[in-house]
Amino acid sequence: METESLYTIIVHSENFAGILNQVAAVFTRLQVNIESLNVSASSLPNVHKFTICCRTTEKNIDKIIKQIVKKLDVISAACYTDRDIFSSEIAMYKISTHVFDGSDDLNVILRKYNTRVVEVTSDYIVVELAGSSDEITALRDEFQNLGCIRQFVRSGKIAVTASNIEKVSEWLDRREKVRTERSRIL
Amino acid sequence: MDMEEKEKISGSEILIRSLIREGADTIFGYPGGAIMPVYDALMNHTDSIDHILVRHEQGATHAAQGYARASGKVGVCMVTGGPGATNTITGIADAMLDSTPIVVIAGQITTDLIGTDAFQEVDFTCVTQPISKWTYQIGSAEEISRVVARAFFVAKSGRPGPVVLSVTKNAQVGMAEYVPEKVEFIRSYDDDPEIDMSAIEEAAEAINNAKRPFVLAGQGIEIGEAQEEFRNFVEKADLPFGCTLLGLSVLPSSHPLNKGMLGMHGNLCNNVKTNECDVLIAVGMRFDDRVTGDVSTYARQAKIIHLDIDASEIGKNVKADIPVLGNCRKTLKLISDRLNPAKHTEWTASFEPYVREEYEKVIDKELHPASGPLNMGEVVNAVSEASGHKAILVTDVGQNQMMASRYFKYEEKRSIITSGGMGTMGFGLPAAIGAAFARPDRTVCMFTGDGGLQMTIQEFGTIMERKVPVKIILLNNNYLGNVRQWQELFFHRRYSFTRLDNPDFQVIASAYGIPSRRVADRAELQDAVREMLETDGPFFLEACVAEEGNVMPMIPPGGSVDNMIMEC
Repeated sequence: METESLYTIIVHSENFAGILNQVAAVFTRLQVNIESLNVSASSLPNVHKFTICCRTTEKNIDKIIKQIVKKLDVISAACYTDRDIFSSEIAMYKISTHVFDGSDDLNVILRKYNTRVVEVTSDYIVVELAGSSDEITALRDEFQNLGCIRQFVRSGKIAVTASNIEKVSEWLDRREKVRTERSRIL
Repeated sequence: MDMEEKEKISGSEILIRSLIREGADTIFGYPGGAIMPVYDALMNHTDSIDHILVRHEQGATHAAQGYARASGKVGVCMVTGGPGATNTITGIADAMLDSTPIVVIAGQITTDLIGTDAFQEVDFTCVTQPISKWTYQIGSAEEISRVVARAFFVAKSGRPGPVVLSVTKNAQVGMAEYVPEKVEFIRSYDDDPEIDMSAIEEAAEAINNAKRPFVLAGQGIEIGEAQEEFRNFVEKADLPFGCTLLGLSVLPSSHPLNKGMLGMHGNLCNNVKTNECDVLIAVGMRFDDRVTGDVSTYARQAKIIHLDIDASEIGKNVKADIPVLGNCRKTLKLISDRLNPAKHTEWTASFEPYVREEYEKVIDKELHPASGPLNMGEVVNAVSEASGHKAILVTDVGQNQMMASRYFKYEEKRSIITSGGMGTMGFGLPAAIGAAFARPDRTVCMFTGDGGLQMTIQEFGTIMERKVPVKIILLNNNYLGNVRQWQELFFHRRYSFTRLDNPDFQVIASAYGIPSRRVADRAELQDAVREMLETDGPFFLEACVAEEGNVMPMIPPGGSVDNMIMEC
């Protein structure tokens, strides 16, 4: 059996209703589970950016990318390894205050991970951490081991590419040239 | 009223005018509650648009497919919402797999009621999204003109496919100014990929160096209207070629380099030579599993060049050593310009022993049996010969399809219309109706089986009403023949629910006023075919064929392409 790896896919699309559904359907068809998904505006006007993480085989990832690009309103899709991108995630942890009564353990942990404390009450503390996926998981594990975690949520990975070339902008520029050429012919 | 202000008309009127502007002159449809305003507007335009009332919405989509495939234009069908819309799903999926440009216009309840489970509400854009090239719900009269223009552009450009427009009632009755639109460009959709000239050079060099080249001709050649470019390509470098099911009529069957069909029930020489060639050039085809058999043993020895307009097809099933992305009308010409005239006499001659073997073991027996009931192949052959190999062949699915595709011959392009990817039983009859409307100048011969015919037999009503000149040839073996064949070969002859207790089909045809004849005797076959072809208008010919006839040769499912069973 082929080995599975974790892939980060970046998709750019037009900002129309229903595209998320179309992109997600590509994964459903191949029965690939999406580990995390973030959709937001991009630096380009009217262009949306998806950051999708999934675990699958090399053979499947190629199919997935091509099937996503094939969707009419998708501008581009590409997959990256961690070397090709800068990525980050944000997580929030709601933990019970009483576990740390009379101990300095909490302060040690919070400093170690460079967290931001959002709220402190006598009952709970809300902590926020922005960092790598591994750091976020590690902090969750520490809280879990202490038995203090009440709620946990993470945003899913967001990423920007490490390349000097902005491929999507260049592609859109080329498309604009095609548009101009065609309108000239017409 | 301000004289500067443009006249406002209903969304329905805009829709019809937009369709006319896109060149739609034929619509296959079925009215219903959620599309009534459009049908009302249609009555004002019957001089520009011929509406063909089908008897079931599935028939409308297949007729639109037949129309599109025969003409090269976009086929249009129009239905109501809810069940009318869901009845089109098989045709939409079929058009998606076979790259057929159709636009399906479905009514939809008014926007305010959407999401309330109102009468005949179905989320049609969501349902059709995975099986269409583009699907869109129109929510206002103002957007109709633009969306229809976009729909036609998407359906016919690039790799064609079905587009679904779900038109809400409020968009149909809303009033707006009609602004004619034309869409020739969508920035996120590259309908004509830029050609990589280094790939062209590399492909030409590989073909120039080839000792044993073999070409796979697909429907992309017909879609791209690249038949002449393809002819120049194969003739210049003496390249023998086999055709996919949908590519059978790209060049005449009589062309010396045309070696017939590929795949599961294709011609032996093609499948053997696929695994012997040194360079395999695939043009506008997608290496379907019915072509490749076991992909792990498929053409492993060959350098593979794949020409296709759809990037997602390249490398999907078979890895391409030289991918050539682009419209094959352009890429074929660019490669041909760089080819050295060549002769591969020894190589092309090496096909002959396999041609002879297949003729002796299979074809001769199928076409010229000494006695016994009629064979399917001999009926097909008789019709093809009597029509001078100039008819448009439409088939249903199953043994009738494989026999027709094996034994029918072609002299003209765009001459085979069949459900290749989906294998949709019931496709044939309505698709033939569409083909007949697209090409009134050509004879349309439709082969079907006793199973498939009964799936859309209600379209006899359409044929009756419009006197559609379709020649219907039923190869009746009283079985779901293809499944029965597999049961015979792979399930120890356990014929589980494949025997059909059939009605008197001639009585049904006569109820619809369709002249008919039944033939079981070999001596009468020629005369029966002659009578069918000489009769003006529709004709129903029932050929009583051998009940347990098999389509041979055959690559067993999952078997290797060069390991065909010749007889059983």
